[in-house]
Amino acid sequence: MSATKQSDLGLRIRQNMGFSIAVLLFVIVYFLYHLAHPKGFSSQVLVQNSNEVFSLAMLAMAQTVPVLLGGLDLSVGAVMTLVDCLASHLLEGAGPSVGFGIIACLFAGALAGFVNGCVVVFGRIQPIIATLATGAVYMGLALFLRPIPGGKINEDINWAMTNALGDFAETVGIFEDGKAAWFQPIAGVPTALVLLIIVALVTWVPFRRSVTGRTVYAIGSAEGAAFMSGLNIAGGKLAAFTLAGLFAGIGGIFMAIQTSSGNADIPMAGAYTLSSIASVVIGGTSLLGGTGGAIGSIFGTLILKVISFNFRVFDIAPLLQPLFEGLVLLAAVSLGALSILRVKNQLELFR
Amino acid sequence: MIDMIKKFSFSRLSRDDKPIAIAATFILVILIAGTIYTLDRFGSAPLFSPTYLVQQLQIGSFLGIVAAGMMLVILISQIDLSVPWTLAAGAMTATAVGGEWALPAALVVGLLVGTVNGLGVAYLRIPSMIFTLGVNAVMRGLMVAQTGGFAPQTKATDLMRYIAAERTLGIPHAIFVWLAVSILLVIMLRRTSFGRSIYAIGNKEAAAYLSGVPTKRVTIIAFILCSVLASLAGVLLAGYSTKAYQGMGDAYVLPAIAAVVIGGTNILGGRGRYLGTVVGVILIVLLNSVLSIMEMPEAGRQIIYGLVIISMLLVYGRGEKATS
Repeated sequence: MSATKQSDLGLRIRQNMGFSIAVLLFVIVYFLYHLAHPKGFSSQVLVQNSNEVFSLAMLAMAQTVPVLLGGLDLSVGAVMTLVDCLASHLLEGAGPSVGFGIIACLFAGALAGFVNGCVVVFGRIQPIIATLATGAVYMGLALFLRPIPGGKINEDINWAMTNALGDFAETVGIFEDGKAAWFQPIAGVPTALVLLIIVALVTWVPFRRSVTGRTVYAIGSAEGAAFMSGLNIAGGKLAAFTLAGLFAGIGGIFMAIQTSSGNADIPMAGAYTLSSIASVVIGGTSLLGGTGGAIGSIFGTLILKVISFNFRVFDIAPLLQPLFEGLVLLAAVSLGALSILRVKNQLELFR
Repeated sequence: MIDMIKKFSFSRLSRDDKPIAIAATFILVILIAGTIYTLDRFGSAPLFSPTYLVQQLQIGSFLGIVAAGMMLVILISQIDLSVPWTLAAGAMTATAVGGEWALPAALVVGLLVGTVNGLGVAYLRIPSMIFTLGVNAVMRGLMVAQTGGFAPQTKATDLMRYIAAERTLGIPHAIFVWLAVSILLVIMLRRTSFGRSIYAIGNKEAAAYLSGVPTKRVTIIAFILCSVLASLAGVLLAGYSTKAYQGMGDAYVLPAIAAVVIGGTNILGGRGRYLGTVVGVILIVLLNSVLSIMEMPEAGRQIIYGLVIISMLLVYGRGEKATS
């Protein structure tokens, strides 16, 4: 029994080579970072890192779903910005209005994704170009909501979400204001990190196991074959884009909470979108569709971000940082491509 | 009645010509709508004056040259996201080198970037979307390291000023450059085996390979041409604004892709006419200009811009359902 389990694990690692390498790389680089950091291995550093990572990790998850279809979503940054601006209007008050505000923001994100899905499915326009256009529309809506940066977020939420679990419990008033003895071991865990894990477990894991999730993978592998197998192609695509919008929306809410304002910054939205694509690829998801997953993309984001954290502690000249980031990205994708050197039949390269 | 018009105009056109005709009609619609606005508001109709149109063509020539290169890459079902910083690198190199070597130096930068892109895509077979994104980041890094993150102090040379901003017979030279690029590209696409190979690869790379098309070489050359044209556009833009600056290319990549697609080129490659790309460029430039004349805020502009792309594609850019 244990022998089967072991080979099972080996098989899983081999099947998810890109993902395994990403996790390994992240663990090594992050360990080095903590070693070099003067306050390494402390809750404080962990909290700061988690806050910086969260929004991009959400966008990377968002980008993963359309990429699994074999498409691409160029509007994730715009959806994030739109929800960010919306949240800066809705999350100002206190009490239940904040709860409704968050629900409204999640709904707005999912709706934006659903509209993308409709344009792709019913308009039959290629995802990359359809989302290029809808992205402009969402950016416009965000600019309507916040022509200039501003707004305000409930301060308690800001404090609770961007610190450790202990502070969260204290603000919300649970677990004896976070002083309960059993709670102490996990009191230093960043709230953003916990939220990230919860979102992944509550949304992505069930989605991946559902028929709809399998349909998304099948469409990415071979759309024609998926259709012939009687899968609901339109439904799968709509679900994929809606989920992408929802993830981008969560990223937008967190960004609003973190910065305590809304900012419709077009270059920033574009940069986030491009970083999300890079995260997805580094996380082991194929841009051709059909293989990979959102958990890998989270690790892709972690790698991208940890590299830039390392620039800070290792004191590399700031002017050289963009160059290193680009070289790391190129090296990562080039290493991933080396397997083609083993291909014997040239025709296998064309897909 | 509408059916009659449709019968006599659009439906007789071939699949590649229809987008061009529709986009050209839409350009007229933009101009007429803008004129109605200006007549109502200022009592004049400047949009149909030659001065205005020539000025728009001059602004469009930068985007047009970028879009021409982008079209080649899209036709082989790839994409080049390294355009923004290739353009900026071309401009910065040209102003930094100066003298009579400014233009050749910038084009060499384009040549090098294109070669790297082409090698990564053709030999390592990395999806161009991510590889050119990485190259763009590297070029940005190189330029930031080189210039210290500020706009370089160096000025555009007289030659660059001459080809970008000065006029002969009232027509800016940039338009002549765009025209020359266009003529060369049309001849290349329609009359040379290289051009036919580009369409063949875009339709079915495996089939092109089996028919003896040197797919790797064609891919590399297409990427080189795209990057060289981007750096040429950078030189022109630097000449037009007398200097190079950080992020000068950022506003060109997505409009270039949009222009190519609005012109009827399939984003998956293999089909599309060059004339369509020209019409797409003019459409985007005029749309921007008319909206700014109407004092439309940035928010409204973005929305209209997105809606125009979607609605144009809904008319003629629809794909087919995969059913087998």
